[in-house]
Amino acid sequence: MSLQIDVEHARDALIVRLAGELDHHSAQTVKATLEEAIERGRAHHIVLSLRDLSFMDSSGLGVILGRYKQITNKGGKLIVCDVNQAVYRLFELSGLFKILQIEDNERNALESLGVVS
Amino acid sequence: MMSRNRNHMSLSFASKSENESFARVAVASFVSQLDPTIEELTDIKTVVSEAVTNAIIHGYDNQDTGIVHIEVTIEDDTVWLTVRDEGKGIEDVELARQPLYTSKPELERSGMGFTIMENFMDEVEIESQAGKGTIVRMKKRIMSANAILN
Repeated sequence: MSLQIDVEHARDALIVRLAGELDHHSAQTVKATLEEAIERGRAHHIVLSLRDLSFMDSSGLGVILGRYKQITNKGGKLIVCDVNQAVYRLFELSGLFKILQIEDNERNALESLGVVS
Repeated sequence: MMSRNRNHMSLSFASKSENESFARVAVASFVSQLDPTIEELTDIKTVVSEAVTNAIIHGYDNQDTGIVHIEVTIEDDTVWLTVRDEGKGIEDVELARQPLYTSKPELERSGMGFTIMENFMDEVEIESQAGKGTIVRMKKRIMSANAILN
């Protein structure tokens, strides 16, 4: 697999860490995994860590936007953290950086949700 | 420098999503001889990914029975990249080029493919014919190679 998905529960937030390459091929697995985790789990929010993501294209934008809509519809928040320069450029081009909350790292993301004191 | 330094490669593969990463790596590896920066290489990988994904999802409607063709020509410090399919073609190219436009919103497509190609490359040309297929021709000058040539 070109992409690894690591999911950890931290109180009412789900920490999702993506490592490797997020493209059209791997986006389908990310979508299926997260859709189910959001629908079945009790987590209200998602912290999406892109620290170990080595590649992303517009398919990644699509799947992130899809999960943003899904969690927002349930009254939760999606926070993206550890965004590298290449990914940030894609967020800028698509205007996604205007609607997504972006934090430097997981700790800041969790703090902003009040999960970590 | 007067002498033209030319190189060429072409590759054809099945329209399977597994081959998207193969296409990126193959093109990036070929272009590496120009000594691009990491950012330039990321740009090239990203546009290859966008064009190949378009061919698979839109050209061949996610069927893995089609063939995607890539050609890369290097001439001095310039990369010419062509991605071609023999799929169903794009009815309205101007509409397809619009940022955030997608013909498949149900697949969570962001509609940013062509916008990314236009931003990451110096020139993008799309030729498409309904029922015949689509050709995307792109050009990018690699700056770091230029610095070395001079």
